[in-house]
Amino acid sequence: MIAIEFLVNFTLLGFLLATALVISRTNRLFQSVMLFGIYSLLTAALFVVLDAVDVAFTEAAVGTCISTILMLSALSLTGSRREVAMHRKSPALALGVSIALGAALAVGIMDMPEFADPNAPANLHVAPYYLTESVSEIDIPNVVTSVLASYRGYDTLGEVVVIFTAGIGVIALLAGRTGKRDED
Amino acid sequence: MKHHLILQVVAKALIPFILLFALYVQFHGDYGPGGGFQAGVIFGAAFILYGIVFGKDVAMKVVPPSLVYTTASLGVLLYTGVGVAGMLLGGEFLNYSVLSKDAVAGQHLGILLIEFGVGITVASVMIALFLSYANYRVTEPGEGE
Repeated sequence: MIAIEFLVNFTLLGFLLATALVISRTNRLFQSVMLFGIYSLLTAALFVVLDAVDVAFTEAAVGTCISTILMLSALSLTGSRREVAMHRKSPALALGVSIALGAALAVGIMDMPEFADPNAPANLHVAPYYLTESVSEIDIPNVVTSVLASYRGYDTLGEVVVIFTAGIGVIALLAGRTGKRDED
Repeated sequence: MKHHLILQVVAKALIPFILLFALYVQFHGDYGPGGGFQAGVIFGAAFILYGIVFGKDVAMKVVPPSLVYTTASLGVLLYTGVGVAGMLLGGEFLNYSVLSKDAVAGQHLGILLIEFGVGITVASVMIALFLSYANYRVTEPGEGE
């Protein structure tokens, strides 16, 4: 079983890395949008492997479907079929910064607790209370829902209002208006 | 997309199941993975699929923009309304335990209602975003204003 899990993780992360590399190399906007969709679908698969199925739902629906379509709509509205000019300067500085940042993150990860460690600081604060009291206080089998909807109801209200406000913003900018395409 | 017959047939066959799955995720969120947000985006994605395959004019006959603007606000209103109802019944804002005589039943009711509010708002906003982009008309340079 461990071998299969390793194989799945290895394949998914390998494809993820390959997609990221191709995205960084491409200079066509349409290509990058489609590749970001693929990247998002691979991320959704990784969330399934990590047992976060609801996050995977969201990633698949928002990241792969909705945001790709909105980006494509934006591309067709702006009519941007041009290739983006690549910087032809020496990549040494950017490469150095990326490698240094990556190394710093790798060092940071060493100090992090093991994945799903019950004694990790994040799991010792209010999580034990939610897990033990949710059955008697709220009595629904899915503790994630009871945390999101009841214990953290205020946060979730904030999130809904954020989505609502973002929607109003886009509607105010776009709905019922006409734009003029710039001369290339 | 008048000539994409296969796409239209496949989309027509798939959309009811996507909608049904969205409703399942919505109302089964207490028992399995999912909840209002996931259900809302899946519902929205089904409608967007309909919109891109059959065209925005057909899609807007099914769901006019004014309807989604209303329902987006209704979802937030339902959520805050449940919170205020808790205050009126003697609890704190968003305390669902006071919504029913039995505290646990009140929690169940509150969670069901606020998840429904989340689902309505998220689905409506996703559809509204798509329709805003689809309806935005761009005039080519040189075209008369």
